[in-house]
Amino acid sequence: MAKIEFKNIRHAYPAPPGQPTVYALEEINQIWEDGGAYALLGPSGCGKTTLLNIISGLLIPSEGSVYFDGKDMTSLPTTERHIAQVFQFPVVYDTMSVYDNLAFPLRNRNVPENKIKERVHAIAEMLELTDSLKNRASGLTADGKQKISLGRGLVREDVKVIMFDEPLTVIDPHLKWLLRSKLKELHQQLRVTMIYVTHDQTEALTFADQVVVMYEGKVVQVGTPVDLFMSPQHTFVGNFIGSPGMNVLPGEIKNGQVSYHSHVIELTQNYDKIPEGKTEIGVRPEFIRFDSSGFPVNLERVEDLGRYQIATVKHAEDMIKILVPEEQEIPSENPRIVFDPEKTHLYRNNWMVE
Amino acid sequence: MNKTINQKAWWLILPVLVLVAFNAFIPLMTVVNYSFQETFGNNQFFWEGTTWFEQVLNSDRFHAAFLRQMLFTAMIIVIEVPLGIAVALTMPKKGPWVSVCLVLMALPLLIPWNVVGAMWNIFALPDIGLLGYTLNSMGIDYNFTQQPVSAWITTVVMDVWHWTSLVVLLCYAGLSSIPDAYYQAASIDGASKWAVFRYIQLPKMNRVLTIAVLLRFMDSFMIYTEPFVLTGGGPGNTTTFLSIDLVKMALGQFDLGPAAAMSLIYFLVVLLICWTFYTIMTRDEVN
Repeated sequence: MAKIEFKNIRHAYPAPPGQPTVYALEEINQIWEDGGAYALLGPSGCGKTTLLNIISGLLIPSEGSVYFDGKDMTSLPTTERHIAQVFQFPVVYDTMSVYDNLAFPLRNRNVPENKIKERVHAIAEMLELTDSLKNRASGLTADGKQKISLGRGLVREDVKVIMFDEPLTVIDPHLKWLLRSKLKELHQQLRVTMIYVTHDQTEALTFADQVVVMYEGKVVQVGTPVDLFMSPQHTFVGNFIGSPGMNVLPGEIKNGQVSYHSHVIELTQNYDKIPEGKTEIGVRPEFIRFDSSGFPVNLERVEDLGRYQIATVKHAEDMIKILVPEEQEIPSENPRIVFDPEKTHLYRNNWMVE
Repeated sequence: MNKTINQKAWWLILPVLVLVAFNAFIPLMTVVNYSFQETFGNNQFFWEGTTWFEQVLNSDRFHAAFLRQMLFTAMIIVIEVPLGIAVALTMPKKGPWVSVCLVLMALPLLIPWNVVGAMWNIFALPDIGLLGYTLNSMGIDYNFTQQPVSAWITTVVMDVWHWTSLVVLLCYAGLSSIPDAYYQAASIDGASKWAVFRYIQLPKMNRVLTIAVLLRFMDSFMIYTEPFVLTGGGPGNTTTFLSIDLVKMALGQFDLGPAAAMSLIYFLVVLLICWTFYTIMTRDEVN
């Protein structure tokens, strides 16, 4: 079990000669609690794997330090960090049996054979691998192989942090759900700090207590799934989380009022202290409804997704998406819409203003 | 699953069938023809049955050449395969040196075989060759034109020089296809360098090594040009391998019948060993 602390971490991969250094990670300061389930969420190339490799010690950051339980780990080799990692593509030792695969990390650490046997059987029980212990690992399906990768981490008693680098990429959809619940269950059972990297919001939101959203090398928001949904701190979070993403519309603050194309938008949020000028209005499709008291729009199209419908409407040049419950009628003549005053946020330069 | 059955596709392989017929099947049948008959020219043939086969299989000369061939092939495989793996492991994985290494490795493979023979012949000559002269001036009695042991060592070293590169390139290809995650997982699992080799690199090279051993077996078992240019099969008959012996019999003595029978036996032996080896090596994958 370990608390992980990042202090002023920055990292740049060597740039080709003559080109400016590009930071894959920019200035990260975070404290992750012991025993937490964290998800690193972000699009490809946002720096999440870089951050993960810094934790595991496969990469040493260009600047800053990493602490586990207050101990500086920045330049310690992987083997001394008490971490385990499950990779995107299942790594198993093909020529070994499932048992030998699970025993491998312990044998490398010269653990006595009877102790190994006990641990391997305990872990195999936990992962439901007992029946295949004698089989060759290469014959297993992708999800079985991922379980072995995970098992090789769990089998070591000294492991404090387990990291998952998009572990469900190659798993069949109907097994993804099973394996994910297994992970959740193991986390509750073992209380090891778990860090889960993914670009899939469903995986992140269902797995983690705390989701760390990354974008272009920065941590843009850390919060519970509800935080991320209800009050995205950055328009990227609004867009990336939720389906469809948040509508971001051009607005203006003037004379103590927020307006959108000259229509005044009512908000409960206090915006007295925000300087006047251009702003962005962020509102989720869930929090817009058709109402005759609102401003007029043109209905462009309606997609019926079974449980709900997504209406796309147009105002000026902006396309606005609205989530409408299945049973509700969408007005076809002169539709008007209003934003939920409590759940509409203001942004400036993509960051939320309060 | 329903497959569409369309027999017209057979026409598409007709060109290849014609090509194979003319460059392999028909010449092979000519050899079969010779192996069962006696001819004195003028296209006159007399049926001999299995006489030539019995003669070849019972001859001491064939046995001796066959043993020499087996010994030579075994030696070069035992040397070239581990050496090739070792060299491939030390080659850089990325950076500008990769292409330099690859080109250097490919060089021996690009040299025509008779040139390789000629190069080593001159290189090893005891009076004027760099290698031969150096060895002799160091007090080592070395003369490949007269001593069977020297001739053998020179032939084997020449083959190792010429063909280890092939094993290296194949192994290197096998090694580069191993994803980084394997090495990272191994380092997290605390695996030693030896364990990484034994449980990751070697198993992942399994396929390419099978191909490497097969290619090296076939090529070395049929080796002709290089030892012919280097030693001409001598001194005496000590480096007369199967193909050299075959050419002596067919073109030197013009014994077309026995030579044809020997060709067929030779061909079947190569086929049988390759098939056995391949079956054993790929047996695990089927299960």
